[in-house]
Amino acid sequence: MIDKFVATAAQAVADIRDGATVMIGGFGEAGSPIELIHALIDQGARDLTVINNNTGSGHVGLAALIENRRVRKMICSFPRTANSTVFPELYHAGEIELELVPQGTLAERIRAGGAGIPAFYTATSVGTPLAEGKEHREFDGREYVMEPGLTADFALIKCQQADRMGNLVYNKTARNFAPIMAMAATTTIVQANQTCAAGELSPEHIITPALFVQRVVHVANPQQESQLVAQGRQYP
Amino acid sequence: MTATRFKGWNREQMAARAALDIPDGSIVNLGIGIPEMVARFVPAGREVLYHTENGLLGMGPPPEPGQEDPELINAGKKPVTLNPGASFFHHADSFAMIRGHHIDICVLGAMQVSEGGDLANWSTGAKDAVPAVGGAMDLVAGVKTIYVITQHTTRDGTPKIVAQCSYPLTGKQVVSRIYTDLAVLEVTDTGLAVLEMAPGLNLDQLQSVTGCKLYPASSLCEGANQ
Repeated sequence: MIDKFVATAAQAVADIRDGATVMIGGFGEAGSPIELIHALIDQGARDLTVINNNTGSGHVGLAALIENRRVRKMICSFPRTANSTVFPELYHAGEIELELVPQGTLAERIRAGGAGIPAFYTATSVGTPLAEGKEHREFDGREYVMEPGLTADFALIKCQQADRMGNLVYNKTARNFAPIMAMAATTTIVQANQTCAAGELSPEHIITPALFVQRVVHVANPQQESQLVAQGRQYP
Repeated sequence: MTATRFKGWNREQMAARAALDIPDGSIVNLGIGIPEMVARFVPAGREVLYHTENGLLGMGPPPEPGQEDPELINAGKKPVTLNPGASFFHHADSFAMIRGHHIDICVLGAMQVSEGGDLANWSTGAKDAVPAVGGAMDLVAGVKTIYVITQHTTRDGTPKIVAQCSYPLTGKQVVSRIYTDLAVLEVTDTGLAVLEMAPGLNLDQLQSVTGCKLYPASSLCEGANQ
């Protein structure tokens, strides 16, 4: 029998090892799997390469993972956000690496990685500092740069509803990077607001099919990052 | 410069002027800041579908206070609403819409725009700044028509419309039109054409606060602005 439900967030992230590459879903707080990130902080893995659009805010979630010195390198498009001080301070101190990637290129690199495509060409960033040192090639009179696909050892994502097979549906713009990160990671770990029996989700409505998901943790009433930040909370 | 700064169009008027150039039925992506205001001024009778790159087509106006949903936001991470016919999609599909030329118009802010249509709007190149690019490079490379809304000069009077951008580029030869507090400019093969000027301004005055040569468009009639 296929059953991807795991009892706790701690169990779900237990085998993330030092030096792993981890994709973390979310665009700002929308879709951020904050309970899984906190479980990863408790677990203690360090020297991580983390792929996320941003770098978190306040002192919770992704920002807390960075603040607790677990992250060696961030791959992201926009490391500055309102209330984001942790990453800028470490970056200025030379204590964290940054690979800055245009947002659409980041998304397509993840999609390509998940689709078995090692690299692709895009016109994005041609003529800018972010294209320097990259292979250029002309197609039909227009110049493009080559960008490599991205894969990861783990993806931590959040969804609205999941069944035991690992089929997922999302909530509004909290979907963002989660479906493609689920494709690109060897082990995709999901925190689901709700769970349901197999067959309950309409096959016409499933966004992430089961084979992209390895583990599902039920986290009812997840914490909201902006509320924690407003309360001045810090994790741990 | 000791001359007092000419008072041209305000932010709302700049946004309203750009909105006039958005045809009925357009698919439009609006950047953060003054570009966001364009949606408020699209003339009655035109239906426009707003795309936001974090995965929503059919974005509506900001919600009433108390109705905000942290999982329904725009690319600026501000709460929004849905218009009838809206749809959600993941980030790779969202940028396929952009990169694949499925978005008609994008309106962006600028730090500098060159006479050839180069745009700089993501970095001053300062060594101590944390670089952040977001989706700007994808938008200018993929959207069919790029409009820029910006003040004509910086606060200290330095031209933002220049011969060559000194800041790192977002994209080369990507801008079609520029809407400033002083003028509407079109990027042409022969340089920047002045389509309109703020009431009371003449071409010499406009030229004096611009960092490259301007040409009057054939349609420009000085002093006859509405």
